[in-house]
Amino acid sequence: MDMNTLLSYLPALGRGLWITLVCWLVASVGGVALGLVIALVQRSAAAPLRLLIKFYIEAMRCTPLIVLLFIVYDGGPAVGVLLDPIPAGIVVLIIHGSAYFAEIFRGGFQAVPAGQIEAANSLGMPPLAIVRRVLMPGALTAAMPSLINMVINVCKETALLSIITVGDLTFAVQNMAVETFAAFESLLALALGYWLLIEIFSRLGQRAERRINRHLRLRGATGKGGL
Amino acid sequence: MHFDLVINALPFLFKGFGLTLLVSVMGTVVGTVIGVAICALRWTSIPALSRLAALYISYFRGVPLLVQLLVFYNFLPYAGIDLSPIAAAICALGMVGGAYMAELLRGALAAIPKGQVEAGVALGFSPISIGRRLLLPQMLRLATPAMTNELILLVKASSLVSVVGLAEVTRVSQTFAASTLRPMEFYLAAGAFYLVTNLFLAYCGARLERKMARR
Repeated sequence: MDMNTLLSYLPALGRGLWITLVCWLVASVGGVALGLVIALVQRSAAAPLRLLIKFYIEAMRCTPLIVLLFIVYDGGPAVGVLLDPIPAGIVVLIIHGSAYFAEIFRGGFQAVPAGQIEAANSLGMPPLAIVRRVLMPGALTAAMPSLINMVINVCKETALLSIITVGDLTFAVQNMAVETFAAFESLLALALGYWLLIEIFSRLGQRAERRINRHLRLRGATGKGGL
Repeated sequence: MHFDLVINALPFLFKGFGLTLLVSVMGTVVGTVIGVAICALRWTSIPALSRLAALYISYFRGVPLLVQLLVFYNFLPYAGIDLSPIAAAICALGMVGGAYMAELLRGALAAIPKGQVEAGVALGFSPISIGRRLLLPQMLRLATPAMTNELILLVKASSLVSVVGLAEVTRVSQTFAASTLRPMEFYLAAGAFYLVTNLFLAYCGARLERKMARR
């Protein structure tokens, strides 16, 4: 591929990268928020609701993302849910990710000693204040490495949105690969691009984690997410 | 909802499901072998090999699986390698799984007291037999819970192989969804296959873990 051809694809690639980053950001924020709500409800709800939440979490963790994407994007119209590719993709990333985030928060809550909550209770703190000022600070500190790990994982998951025709980075490069007949070179470049992106964010995550937990003097535990 | 269509298609779905199981189990086996090899390289005192292993782990963990599959499938004809679709899928999943497995094993390695290795050295064991007879059995045992988790992830990951054309359960559902115009039913059915499999694997993993904790 000569330089001019590559240059002519730059705007499309830039747009793709932009869509990848936007989807990643929205899906991460949404997933963390929904996961936190689920974890908080799971802590305090009655037994039947707790069981329902547990089933939701297990179901999301046991079903491949691509199948969920197909259910919502291809199957949705049959039950009256008509979504454009990008909203559909983001919604699926959020509901899939929220199960993992909820589990991470649950682990974080467990790391807060029960005595602290009891002490706050006996001091007469209202429940919301206990969550905000006692539970969350301790839980966040404990859960930070896993949280950052999962956020990085969401970045990798956005690549799957190209399957339901979201014009993200993977989609843009696949287009380029088909049109230029340089499939292997284009895709290899795409892989290296993702590698760089994830490496940068994984390093940034490690620094953030060290900064947040600097009073504990731990070694960084942030990685690059799972499969 | 017309689930009678799904019931008619069940023989084909089960055939696809068999392929899903084959690819993910074989992928885990290949992944474990690669993981042990990479972990061993990472552990050696030869800097070049250790750095190579670190690079391997970093690449395979830092690139989305879909992109890796696309690269791998385009690399094969580019390099003139002729693999059957199933073998290619197993290789691809095994190579990625190997990187994660190497990390798991490294975690297990860190949990084995250093004194054991020192004792092995003092008794005159060669480095290879220390690895093979002292460390590896313990590492595999320590990593078993994490490895069942890895198997579940690989079952999920195998769904992506459909994108490059292997007729496993996701792909079969996709074909039926298109030909019957009933996507919801068929994708729910595909989801159910994964859900049941993975819940079963998770249950087995939890039992195995309890059994080992009792010892």
